[in-house]
Amino acid sequence: MGAGGVHALYRAADTPVHRLPAEVKIAATLAYVLAVVLTPPQAFWAFAVHGAVLLALVALARIPPLLLLRRMSVEIPFVVFALLIPLLAGGQTVEVLGFELSQPGLVQAWNILAKATLGVGASALLATTTEVPDLLVGLQRLRVPPVFVSIISFMVRYADVIVAEAHRMRVARLSRGYNPRAIWEVKALASSVGVLFVRSYERGERVYLAMVSRGYDGAMPQLHPVGSARAGQWAGAMAAPAIAVIVMGAAWASL
Amino acid sequence: MGESVAPALLVEGVAYAYPDSHQALYGVSLRIERGERVALLGPNGAGKTTLVLHLNGVLGGGAGSISVAGLTVAKPNLKEIRRRVGIVFQDPDDQLFMPTVHDDVAFGPANMGVRGAELEARVATALEAVGMTGYADRRPHHLSFGQRRRVAVATVLAMEPEILVLDEPSSNLDPASRRELADILSGLDVTLLMVTHDLPYALQLCERSVVLNDGVVVADGGTADLLADARLMAENRLELPYGFDPRSVRPPR
Repeated sequence: MGAGGVHALYRAADTPVHRLPAEVKIAATLAYVLAVVLTPPQAFWAFAVHGAVLLALVALARIPPLLLLRRMSVEIPFVVFALLIPLLAGGQTVEVLGFELSQPGLVQAWNILAKATLGVGASALLATTTEVPDLLVGLQRLRVPPVFVSIISFMVRYADVIVAEAHRMRVARLSRGYNPRAIWEVKALASSVGVLFVRSYERGERVYLAMVSRGYDGAMPQLHPVGSARAGQWAGAMAAPAIAVIVMGAAWASL
Repeated sequence: MGESVAPALLVEGVAYAYPDSHQALYGVSLRIERGERVALLGPNGAGKTTLVLHLNGVLGGGAGSISVAGLTVAKPNLKEIRRRVGIVFQDPDDQLFMPTVHDDVAFGPANMGVRGAELEARVATALEAVGMTGYADRRPHHLSFGQRRRVAVATVLAMEPEILVLDEPSSNLDPASRRELADILSGLDVTLLMVTHDLPYALQLCERSVVLNDGVVVADGGTADLLADARLMAENRLELPYGFDPRSVRPPR
């Protein structure tokens, strides 16, 4: 907590995947995820190919598989949800180990499970091989509206500051013997959250003052030139989503 | 009035009341020549920060006028005024809001329209001036407090201001960082206005001091003389650290 925050996701290395410009990687990830999502769930072979493409990239980026698995743990709530569907959905049923499972439910569960896993895997690959400031520059170069990029940029900058502030407030509470163990003891916690909100709001005002004092007039300056990625880099990075799109098309054709 | 003879800062009869009708300034006048280093002293609530925010037009609308190197602080001039007046705020986390040190230092000059190679040169020069060359790609969160304070100074230096205004530059610094910052500040070739409670710091860095209390200038003179005036100090809630005798140290230069 605090020390790493969102930046801790990046893992430095010098591989072809790391070297690609961020905007290329963002676009490729987005295209890959879209192709995966649009693939019909009945075409199991297509997901095998999608998975193989992702694993090849992970190997190329020299990311330890265990690290990637840990990163992908954010997916667990979706997995739980997906596993419940065959038990709850209706329609034709099949019996597996004594359980009456819904057949459309099984397909739905597979659909969510496969697509979420590939999507989270692709995002984890992007986050592990790209530094956060580079991601922001990438979004800017992809012509994402500046106001969105600024909001993300401030969130990234101040998440750690606010977490550190919350941590200090927690230490102050503990130091005065406050350590709630039951839900009805959390009143002070609630007021701490309120104080944290007000403090963050005031910080926002001070930051704005500092921005205005350095000539800010409503538009963030473009500090990084647009369009510096070479055509070769685009072609190389787009190979993966291109395969995914072809596979997706073939899957629909084979139904 | 030619630019060459205009003082770096000219404040004439500035008065200001906040919207809640609390009057913070009652006619402040102050003249700072080019190259001067002036400490602005006074107790909490004296109006120091209010005055600072007037210098670059963030606050205004009351009586009086301010000009910076001959240019009046007024709406049509605000962009140029904000280039000329570089304010370093007290909390470097407020000042450093961009993802990297480089982007933060580039923010000011980029807003002034500086681009490309010249922008990079500005960033490099400013970081060098505060001894932070090589930190351009670092994230502010990963720097020590003293380093962040120095980068905050660089963000303003990159705009090549006429006058550098520092709000409590030595607050929260450990003694070594405090001394390092003093070395950097004393090496800069700019006009300096430093708001501070750290009186030895004022004596070390500024030959002249202005005492502000209850919204008026109550004293203006050599820092060593003001600090040695026990009555003036007591009347304005200014206190020297225990055992510190301003006459025992040699003023700079």
